[in-house]
Amino acid sequence: MDTRTNRAAWELGWGPWIFLVAFLAASVALASAQSAPPARNLLNQPAPNFTRQDLHGHALRLAAFRGKVVLLNFWATWCAPCQVEMPVFATWQRQYGPQGFAVIGISMDDDAAAARQLVQRLKLDYPVAMGDARLGLRYGGVLGLPLSFLLDRNGVVRARFQGETDVKEMENQMRALIAEPSQKK
Amino acid sequence: MRLGRSGRAGVFAALMLVCVAPGRMCAAGQWAAPPSSSASSIPTSMLLQPEELNHLLQTPGAEKPLVLQVGSHVLFDESHIPRSEYAGPGSQDAGAQVLRNRVAKLPRKTFIVLYCGCCPWNRCPNVGPAYKLLLDMGFTRVKVLYLADNFGADWVNKGFPVESGH
Repeated sequence: MDTRTNRAAWELGWGPWIFLVAFLAASVALASAQSAPPARNLLNQPAPNFTRQDLHGHALRLAAFRGKVVLLNFWATWCAPCQVEMPVFATWQRQYGPQGFAVIGISMDDDAAAARQLVQRLKLDYPVAMGDARLGLRYGGVLGLPLSFLLDRNGVVRARFQGETDVKEMENQMRALIAEPSQKK
Repeated sequence: MRLGRSGRAGVFAALMLVCVAPGRMCAAGQWAAPPSSSASSIPTSMLLQPEELNHLLQTPGAEKPLVLQVGSHVLFDESHIPRSEYAGPGSQDAGAQVLRNRVAKLPRKTFIVLYCGCCPWNRCPNVGPAYKLLLDMGFTRVKVLYLADNFGADWVNKGFPVESGH
């Protein structure tokens, strides 16, 4: 647009609108490339609910697990420490399931086929669904794996475990939550 | 050779240590990264600390490297370094092909920084193979961003700039 066109546009009343559009575009660009806030701390907050299809095509709704202690585990097939933990979680599911404990796996893989293959190979018998960036952001950013949350029977996040974790410590915390009575609200 | 009870326990403990040593995993025979391509095999002199890369990217007039994320696409969508590009998971053949295609026509003196941050450094399966691939292709100015724990802890939570989305 040359100077003459600019002046004509302004005289026609478009100038402020062009300015406004440019300003909004710049704001959006800046907002998408700014310093990130620290990961949202979910401790002692209700775990964000979600509904997904598990790898068998069944509906998986976190809220349906209310009344149970839940271990929510984010993992991926390329994550070596994840594959050390997951068979342990499967054992816990069998051992503590009757006491009101459940494991939910969320694969952060790009490809469901790879996740399905690993689930079969490790013989995981707890529900597993595919995650995505949106779900990750709702959980404060899943920007490194493994990442697990322990939820109490009321669906409140009581512990967060990032990276290679001492599973014994995790088990102790899980058992303490199982022993806690549920507070019905 | 006969081993007593304590001897057998010692051998078992030694085997367990080998199994969980950095860069290797024996559980269920799932995965064992070849040492030559593990993140730990990248020379320290080729590593870039987060503060250094951020300084480079923020300094007007400084040569800006081509920054490539060679890990998970889902994690890239959540958050990545501004203007960085997704170049496929370095540990997988398909990912290596994406990276190969992206850099194929670039001059071999192009300044490239690779990063992943999916897992703790010595467990990352992606940066090592991606780094080796670029060296094998003849690139001479390749650095790798050192993320000790993961991208969230070592970049995002330190307040360095990020973008989300594709």
